[in-house]
Amino acid sequence: MREMIISELSQALHDMARSFAHFLPRLIVMLILAFVGWVIAYVVKAVLRSILRLIKFDKLSENAGASQLLAKAALPSATEIVSRFVFWVTWLGFILLGVSVLGILGLQEHIARFFLFLPRLFEAMFIMFFGLLAASFFSRAALLAAVNANMPSPRILSLAVRSIIIVFVLSVVFEELGLAEQTMLVAFGIAFGALMLGLAIAFGIGGRDLAQRFLENKIVRGKKQENEDEMSPL
Amino acid sequence: MNVGEVDILVGLPTHNNAKTIESIVQTIQSGILREFPRERAVIINADGGSRDGTPELVTGISIDDVRPSSNLYALRTLHSISTKYGSNGAGGGVALRTILAAAELLRAKACVVMSPESANIEPDWLSKLLRPVYRDGFDLVTPTYRRHKFEGLLITNLLYPMTRALYGLRIREIYSPEFGFSGRLGTQFLGQNVWNDGSDGSAVELRFTLAAITGKCRIGQSFMGEKLHIERRGADLVPALRQTVGTLFSALEADFPVWSVVAGSQPIPTTGADQEVLLEPLRVNRKRLREMFSTGVAELDSIFQSILSPSTLAELQRIARLGEEDFQYPAELWVRTVYEFAASYQKSVISRDHIIQALAPLFRGRALTFLIENRNASAGEVEQSIEGLCLEFERLKPYLLQLWKSRE
Repeated sequence: MREMIISELSQALHDMARSFAHFLPRLIVMLILAFVGWVIAYVVKAVLRSILRLIKFDKLSENAGASQLLAKAALPSATEIVSRFVFWVTWLGFILLGVSVLGILGLQEHIARFFLFLPRLFEAMFIMFFGLLAASFFSRAALLAAVNANMPSPRILSLAVRSIIIVFVLSVVFEELGLAEQTMLVAFGIAFGALMLGLAIAFGIGGRDLAQRFLENKIVRGKKQENEDEMSPL
Repeated sequence: MNVGEVDILVGLPTHNNAKTIESIVQTIQSGILREFPRERAVIINADGGSRDGTPELVTGISIDDVRPSSNLYALRTLHSISTKYGSNGAGGGVALRTILAAAELLRAKACVVMSPESANIEPDWLSKLLRPVYRDGFDLVTPTYRRHKFEGLLITNLLYPMTRALYGLRIREIYSPEFGFSGRLGTQFLGQNVWNDGSDGSAVELRFTLAAITGKCRIGQSFMGEKLHIERRGADLVPALRQTVGTLFSALEADFPVWSVVAGSQPIPTTGADQEVLLEPLRVNRKRLREMFSTGVAELDSIFQSILSPSTLAELQRIARLGEEDFQYPAELWVRTVYEFAASYQKSVISRDHIIQALAPLFRGRALTFLIENRNASAGEVEQSIEGLCLEFERLKPYLLQLWKSRE
């Protein structure tokens, strides 16, 4: 009996030692992967930061209006955020690669899903950034055109252009990420429809006098104004 | 390939100009008969795809139509050649390029480009632009016109003073659709990289003049007289700003080695009057100008923050609150504004086109001040006012240099 217990114990110890002996190299591989990943992620971060500074990414971000949002939230510059984000994603990727080497059951599937999600995450970020850039550009263009055409409420027009583009960009981003696709689709439809209805009501009812004045100026007084402004800039 | 040579080439860029083109071609032919009867001459019409038969009218007019009325006889054959370069009139640069290429091919000694939109062109205009080139060895001859004191405010308040201060030459009409030039300058400009720089070739006449300045060519100007109904492509303010100020700002970067070392300005040889001013009363809606200035300053605040210095912006906001009678956009502030816009354009703080558009309301403010200051002014006083602005541009040039260097 005693010998049996000792035998089982020694067997268990032996198995544990053997398992540990099998596991230890994998752990070491994981740690090496994590370390190598950290080095690579650090290098990628440094290189990316230099490239972004070279192409004046912060200025692009400022033009897109993203820098102002970051400043309000007391966050670092856009260059720094993108560099850090890429660092963490790269390092996390290596860590997960290392974890998969450990062969822990159930984790493999999650890790595979993470790697499949990465391209979509980058695409969403890309769409978001250039969407903000487009929103900023077109809203500014609308503002300038409205001011130079002497139209009333240029800022409202500019804000409407920006809002429409941002709502559209957000819906595309959420769809890309696969987050609440149906909800976003419905929300976008409602928001866009409400905006259009609001504009129609605003122009139809609120702008009745304005439209009247505009038409009067154009049709009745147009000729007079034309005579008054016979100055050629060139 | 030998296609012959000419002494004089007259370039005529057109696009749907059937209404005026006949009289213009006849006047050109008459000018050639009168002033250059012994020279070999050719009229090159670069047409942008007219649909009203303009090219046919150009080639259909015979010199025999001119002879009976003028009693003049040419000793040479005068050819009129029409060539099509586009289908919608866009790309004025292509028209000039065609004319320059023809001038090079025909080894023209002196060339002139005439506007198809001039309503009162005279035969001696040709001679005034060509003679200094053909006889006196000038490379470029620009015109000066008799203008109303409130016409061409963009030229008198920005283009002329700024180019004068930066490039050091007092060329009154830096952007003109009519000018004479030597074959040498034409060939030199043809070889420059302005045709493939991504621009649509607008305001190529301005680029041409700047190229003559930076190429240290001999430049003169001739007084043409009054020009009626000058219908420019950029008659509206924003397109006019894009074509002229945008072109000038974009030229500053490449020309920095030239203009950064220029101090003061020199007059250029002028045939006839330097400038004549008409003083008839003209109705201008000053209230609208002031409103558009004030609205612009208020609404474009966020854009101006990227372009202007805080002190300039604060000063603009102060004068935007002034009433119509007290309104004044001082020359010094206007010059600082323009220089800050030029520096921001180089830095591309926002889209360059947006920077140019943002200048429009401020220009209206400056135009209003010019109108108020010169409401009852005589020709001499108007000239004094323009001269004062020019000197202000020259005085503040170090400020532009400072802004330019700070961008590094």
